[in-house]
Amino acid sequence: MSWILVGAADALEAEDVMRFDHGGRTFAIYRSPSDAYFATDGLCTHEQVHLADGLVMDHIIECPKHNGRFDYRTGEAKGAPVCVNLKTYPVKLEAGRIMIELDD
Amino acid sequence: MAAAAPLVIVGAGQAGGRAALTLRAEGYRGAILLLGEEPDPPYERPPLSKGFLTGERSLASFTFATTEALAEAGIDFRPGCRVLAIDRPAKQLRLADGGAIAYAKLLLATGRAARPLPGAQADEPRIFCLRTRADADQLRAALRPGARLAILGGGFIGLEVAASAMALGCAVTVIELAPALLSRCVPAPLAAILAARHQAAGVRILLGTGLQAVMATEQGLSLDLGGGRRLEADALLVGIGAVPRAELAVAAGLATDQGILVDARLQTSDPDIFAAGDVCALPDPSGNGHVRLEAWQNADRQGALAARNLLGAGLSYVELPWFWSDQYELTLQIAGWPARAARTVTRAIAADACILFHLDEQGRVLGAGGVGPAGLGRDLRLAQLMIERAARPDPAAVADPTRGLKTLLR
Repeated sequence: MSWILVGAADALEAEDVMRFDHGGRTFAIYRSPSDAYFATDGLCTHEQVHLADGLVMDHIIECPKHNGRFDYRTGEAKGAPVCVNLKTYPVKLEAGRIMIELDD
Repeated sequence: MAAAAPLVIVGAGQAGGRAALTLRAEGYRGAILLLGEEPDPPYERPPLSKGFLTGERSLASFTFATTEALAEAGIDFRPGCRVLAIDRPAKQLRLADGGAIAYAKLLLATGRAARPLPGAQADEPRIFCLRTRADADQLRAALRPGARLAILGGGFIGLEVAASAMALGCAVTVIELAPALLSRCVPAPLAAILAARHQAAGVRILLGTGLQAVMATEQGLSLDLGGGRRLEADALLVGIGAVPRAELAVAAGLATDQGILVDARLQTSDPDIFAAGDVCALPDPSGNGHVRLEAWQNADRQGALAARNLLGAGLSYVELPWFWSDQYELTLQIAGWPARAARTVTRAIAADACILFHLDEQGRVLGAGGVGPAGLGRDLRLAQLMIERAARPDPAAVADPTRGLKTLLR
């Protein structure tokens, strides 16, 4: 496991999401309405659409294509058309920068 | 003492499958029978014309209630089961295999069938329709690289298959009687973006063109397009709509009108029988007539609601209509009630991306539709929220693609 630099914390607005690619994988990074940061796998478990194109409302990320909904804090799928949970990753802020912890 | 009769669901598609799962999720402990004509357990139909046809997705990836999951939930799932008749006085179903099943309450989720080509040779193996997994398997076998595919009907099925067939290396011609593609339920500016994308991909589109006759030869199919025009093809997909499978309801004397008539709680004219999904006709919330929604979301949500009402919840169906179509990298989504609007505001984002907001006299958003790359989905979802909240955004701001829609929601 190691901590990977994502970018500046203020590059992401509150209640928003952005894409982060690393090591041939893709992730979605979230900033909640209360300025907490979270990370999940980038692609929706329903049809492999990138969640960074989706809408963040409170603690829910909605897939842009078919409205699959997940709680991005836990990865929990919130009902059809998604039933497979998203994988989540630990996130921390260090000197104003977002770091996520990934398997090596 | 005899066991209580089960809750019986006829049709194991999106609505029927969702209903069965919901009955258990709601805590119902009694017997549930799920009768499906197809051999497969409940799966989502949208991938049939897209990822399943191109081979990118397996049936397992969009089966939402596996045989194992149904068994584990104690749902008695019977595939390949055809119901012949409903005996309402006896509260029994008669089956094609000669059996009979008693029901305590019944849910009809029989869906729709592809509308057949009038006068077509039913046994011609090069003429296809697309409704089921088996249909998709047959069509896929015909979509070899270089194959000439003719598609009758420039609607959703026709255009989604056109995009998939182009990806598979086929030569595709779409034949559409109307002067534009998708003219039945997509606003012209959105349909035009999709039409341009198909043309850029190399799909030949023949508008204002009907199919007069099909001649089968050893070499293939020869299509008579009228006016001396002919089109040679290796395969013909007929995508001219779908008809509700209301035969059982009609024969049983339930109220029907191009679908099974239900009230807002999805109850038919028999209080022990409910209907959900593509087969049913729901009272229009405006109070005028009925609406017949044919979409994944409608089938899924109605299936869930019907299950609750089978258990006596007495809930009304109030979901906002919403459907999508994915073609190439573009997604089309339409939500709400665009037809009721007094005016339309256009948010022109790019050559291949546009959202229309349909407003009522007071400026409330009644409906919205858009087409564009996947990233447009975020704005389309915000548009849906505007409809749900009866928001009255500043039309000039909505029309300005540099103004974020999220700020307009608040």
